[in-house]
Amino acid sequence: MKILVCISNVPDTTSKINFTGDNKEFDKNGVQYVINPWDEYALTRAIELKEAKGGSVTVLNVGEADAEPNIRKALAIGADDAIRVNAHPKDAYFVAQQITAVAKEGGYDMILMGKESIDYNGFQVHNMVGEMMGIPSVTPAFKLDMVDDSTARLEREIEGGKEVVEVKLPFVASAQQPMCEPRIPNMRGIMTARTKPLKVVEPAGGEAKSEYVNYSKPEKKSGVKLIDVENAGELIKLLRNEAKVL
Amino acid sequence: MSVLVFVEGLNGEIKKSSLEAASYGSQVAQAMGTTATAVAIGDVHEEALAKLGEQGITKVLYDADDRLKQFVADAYVKVIATAAQQESAKVLVFSNSNIGAAVGSKLAVRLNGSLATNVTELPKMDGGNFIVTRGVFSGKAFADVNLTSDVKIIAVKKNSTDIISNAGSTASVEKLSADLAESDFAAAPKETVMQETDGGVLLPEAEIVVSGGRGMKGPENWHLIEELARELGAATACSKPVSDIGWRPHHEHVGQTGITVSPNLYIAAGISGAIQHLAGVNSSKVIVVINKDPEAPFFKAADYGIVGDALEVLPKLIEAAKALDK
Repeated sequence: MKILVCISNVPDTTSKINFTGDNKEFDKNGVQYVINPWDEYALTRAIELKEAKGGSVTVLNVGEADAEPNIRKALAIGADDAIRVNAHPKDAYFVAQQITAVAKEGGYDMILMGKESIDYNGFQVHNMVGEMMGIPSVTPAFKLDMVDDSTARLEREIEGGKEVVEVKLPFVASAQQPMCEPRIPNMRGIMTARTKPLKVVEPAGGEAKSEYVNYSKPEKKSGVKLIDVENAGELIKLLRNEAKVL
Repeated sequence: MSVLVFVEGLNGEIKKSSLEAASYGSQVAQAMGTTATAVAIGDVHEEALAKLGEQGITKVLYDADDRLKQFVADAYVKVIATAAQQESAKVLVFSNSNIGAAVGSKLAVRLNGSLATNVTELPKMDGGNFIVTRGVFSGKAFADVNLTSDVKIIAVKKNSTDIISNAGSTASVEKLSADLAESDFAAAPKETVMQETDGGVLLPEAEIVVSGGRGMKGPENWHLIEELARELGAATACSKPVSDIGWRPHHEHVGQTGITVSPNLYIAAGISGAIQHLAGVNSSKVIVVINKDPEAPFFKAADYGIVGDALEVLPKLIEAAKALDK
């Protein structure tokens, strides 16, 4: 089974978010980058399936050279090889076109990724790739198992419940917890990752369909109003009469 | 050239998030000098559809095909694309739900359109631009995005649009029938399981959320969270550590890698407010924090706070909530 796992390179979850150049660009200064946490579920589950059923796991990143340390980290966790499409990920549509081009070329049985990136929060790319390739996309999935060699069984979340879906390979799925326990690299993985193949390819053309023109930050709260613990019930009255939310 | 809004039903009624999408869509239509049409699929009463007139919808196209009572992405996409073509729609509006965003993404490919999800404000249209504001960086920022294609698809973040209510206005309801093939059902769910809410409120749709963290000290104390939620008509939620140790199910986990909520009121009991948790809740309109540690970072993001043990404070809040006129 050949599995393609798409990862994005995102600011660490504890990052302070700032913008530069008249609020037109994200300020990378002092920001640590990590593998998008949702993508880690997809990566680890892919590696588990490979260990159980055989096959290979290829990681794919659409991004610039500064993503390579995290691509190596994915190899250290257990992917076999990696592809980086050398392009700034302009928008979801552009990224989906790049993934589709790589996926068509490689003939993968399964294309996995996280349900969204924690920076752009699109929740778009997986469904776009499914549509571009004309194969099912099951998102967001929190359970993924093989029924037999050609069929997978997934459970996906819908508002207020879940759906159980069985699809034939190939398909696209996006991952979220509790699909698996994301792994961290061990020393042996880190050593072997250095020599695993990382291929850099140029983007397959493709256009963006949206432009990010400006960023802003939410207004800061004016400060907390503390209520004495002895009069805790007072809070309920404030919520009704002052905040008017009850 | 109308605006097309996809509305989702639940138990025959239209979801609150879809009433918001309808209100958003009719305001966009008005700004563009056109009308808003809704498209509905599956399990919705016709009376509920006609009532969408109150949200400014002129006409509703309804596909009552029994096979569409559960969510089948490819079939839904075909029905909505059929409606879009029939109405020559240039703007399509969805709720930013798992269903709405999924169908919107596929339609962006099929209709060659621009898509923005997680949208928080009405578009600014001038000089040929169509700019919407969307939440990015997990609630830590907003981005203004220009949708450059001819067809624009918008998925509206829940609880970010007021529901319009023109009492008495009704929409006309017309049948819609898309030419569905067997292949559109290839990835149809085998089974749909809805959570038991015991008459309670679903977390993603909730206007009030009561949430507990490790300060609740154990699952045996969760009746306090549940009782306050019941009194306030709220949904219950929890922090990541609580779902990780199995005190509560994963679908209640609110935060950067859980559900993002934006209720009118978020009450956090025994949650310290790690930055990852704040990312999931910081677009809530009013935040209340109960924590025994006065240095807990959550107090910086709160509107109201009580420094005290959640297990002592919650019973007092329940008592006060019971005394409210409902």
